[in-house]
Amino acid sequence: MSKIASAFADGKAFIPFITCGDPDLETTAAAVREAVKNGADLIELGIPFSDPTAEGPVIQGANIRALSGGVRTNNVFDLVRDLRKDVTIPLVFMTYANVVFSYGSEKFIQTCSEIGIDGLIIPDIPFEEKEEFLPFCEKYDVDLISMVAPTSEDRVAMIAKEAKGFIYIVSSLGVTGMRSSFSSDLTAVVAKIREVTDVPCAIGFGISNPEQAEKMAKVADGVIVGSAVVKILEEKGKDAPASIGAFVKEMKEACLR
Amino acid sequence: MTNPAGRFGIHGGQYIPETLMNAVNELEEAYNHYKNDPEFNRELTELFNEYANRPSLLYYAKKMTEDLGGAKIYLKREDLNHTGAHKVNNVLGQALLAKKMGKTRLIAETGAGQHGVATATAAALFGMECVVFMGEEDTIRQALNVYRMRLLGAEVIPVKTGTRTLKDAVSEAMREWTTRISDTHYCLGSVMGPHPFPTIVRDFQAVISKEIKEQMMEKEGRLPDAVLACVGGGSNAIGSFYHFIEDKDVKLIGCEAAGRGIDTFETAATVNTGRLGIFHGMKSYFCQDDDGQIAPVYSISAGLDYPGVGPEHANLHDIGRAQYVPVTDEEAVEAFEYLSKMEGIIPAIESAHAVAYARKLAPTMRPDQIIVITISGRGDKDCAAIARYRGEDIHE
Repeated sequence: MSKIASAFADGKAFIPFITCGDPDLETTAAAVREAVKNGADLIELGIPFSDPTAEGPVIQGANIRALSGGVRTNNVFDLVRDLRKDVTIPLVFMTYANVVFSYGSEKFIQTCSEIGIDGLIIPDIPFEEKEEFLPFCEKYDVDLISMVAPTSEDRVAMIAKEAKGFIYIVSSLGVTGMRSSFSSDLTAVVAKIREVTDVPCAIGFGISNPEQAEKMAKVADGVIVGSAVVKILEEKGKDAPASIGAFVKEMKEACLR
Repeated sequence: MTNPAGRFGIHGGQYIPETLMNAVNELEEAYNHYKNDPEFNRELTELFNEYANRPSLLYYAKKMTEDLGGAKIYLKREDLNHTGAHKVNNVLGQALLAKKMGKTRLIAETGAGQHGVATATAAALFGMECVVFMGEEDTIRQALNVYRMRLLGAEVIPVKTGTRTLKDAVSEAMREWTTRISDTHYCLGSVMGPHPFPTIVRDFQAVISKEIKEQMMEKEGRLPDAVLACVGGGSNAIGSFYHFIEDKDVKLIGCEAAGRGIDTFETAATVNTGRLGIFHGMKSYFCQDDDGQIAPVYSISAGLDYPGVGPEHANLHDIGRAQYVPVTDEEAVEAFEYLSKMEGIIPAIESAHAVAYARKLAPTMRPDQIIVITISGRGDKDCAAIARYRGEDIHE
């Protein structure tokens, strides 16, 4: 059984996303610990990439700040080694295919396993290309997270059947970033998934406030929030961790409402 | 050459977000249907011949041949196409396909602006909406093309992320496509990106080598010894190579933009300096650092200023069927000036990269041998930039 399942134990998981090294790795570590203390059930750690094609302007900015600060893939691994001294909730990496491939796919995924990373989210690896990394993910017991989009339609069952860890449901068309409206048939997407698997479903892309989190948590098993967290880092920099803690607390409460 | 998964050897594939998967599947299905549809092909041929000025001339460059004192040189004049470059071949094909698919809006990326102008042109012709993404840096380098696109009715969006060049324009066009799919076709401008784009774009550009072959047989009664073309993403090159791939005696030479040199960081010579990676929907060679971060490439030519190369080229390199040579800014500028004075033909600075290599190659060959150089576009758009490179204070 995937360790990621434990994140969904109380019924509704709150999953914040943080880009590692924005503005520096010390701040990332402090922000992760604040998020854990305030009820985050799983954390998505972004490894920065120069050209993140699935991200909107907010997370693009975080990637640029982190890379300008000199963060390298190995530094992110060191960050996780440090976090794992006291952080026990599931942690997953979110990054782009070239970051994994360039490091050496097997070496990257083996390292993930050794340092306590439970899953990988790679937005430019669709179902058809998962063989690129899946054999190593299976060998080293790291879940390759599957994504389902509002445009997936007839693909939902095929994707869900082979999903591990949790299923990342993309809330609406477009890239990451805060928005006011979401795809209208998310309930139907979850129902389609439920027909073929019990793997938990979390909705992400564009969710930024407690009202939206409450609504989405009623549809799925978890809520993923990226840009709204990154926005706090963009505005407060090194002083962001305390505010992130307060935000996570509010959002987790909304999820359980 | 393409297997069902859209692979060229180990290269190619579909490394894109799930949101776009049904869009590319729908495109593949439509393309597989229409590529063999007689009516579609009749309409496309009519557009090529009656609108775009095809077939383009295969011109014997007598003065250049005599000056270099080696192989006989022919120029494939894609610069004479409507809109002034080879880009129109692909755009007319994709726009017609998009129209058949019921799409009403075209989006595109552009580097030098030639693909953007061609897309804006096709959109005007077909009565479609058009949005072109162009790196802010390129909107400055190629200001005249920005005006041409707007004149044709397109909206030009300057891209302010990353290096503000072609790579960022591609990323932004992909982002836009994930936002609006149902009425929008992404008219990708080169033989790159996720399957089926490298195959579709190659097939529409293959008219270049089909014509070269026919014209060569007519003029010389035999095939050329070498075909040269410049390579950024590689669409005019694959178009020039395609029908010669099985003719093993025809050397295929792609000329990459070396910028300030392949021993510097200011280069865009992907095959010569890059390594295997996954980016913009494909596995291929990319200029990148040790962590896989895509490199900020450089070339005087906005059209070749791209950190990757099409997957079919990557495979032709792997199997040794084509050779990829680096050409510096300085060599390209000299060739730009050379062809203008020698033959009265001002080539695009992109195409000048192929002319530059021909100047080195031709003298090493015998007079009974033949080189074809594809002049992918005309150089009017580059005159101000080259003048500035030479120290003259000219602005458009």
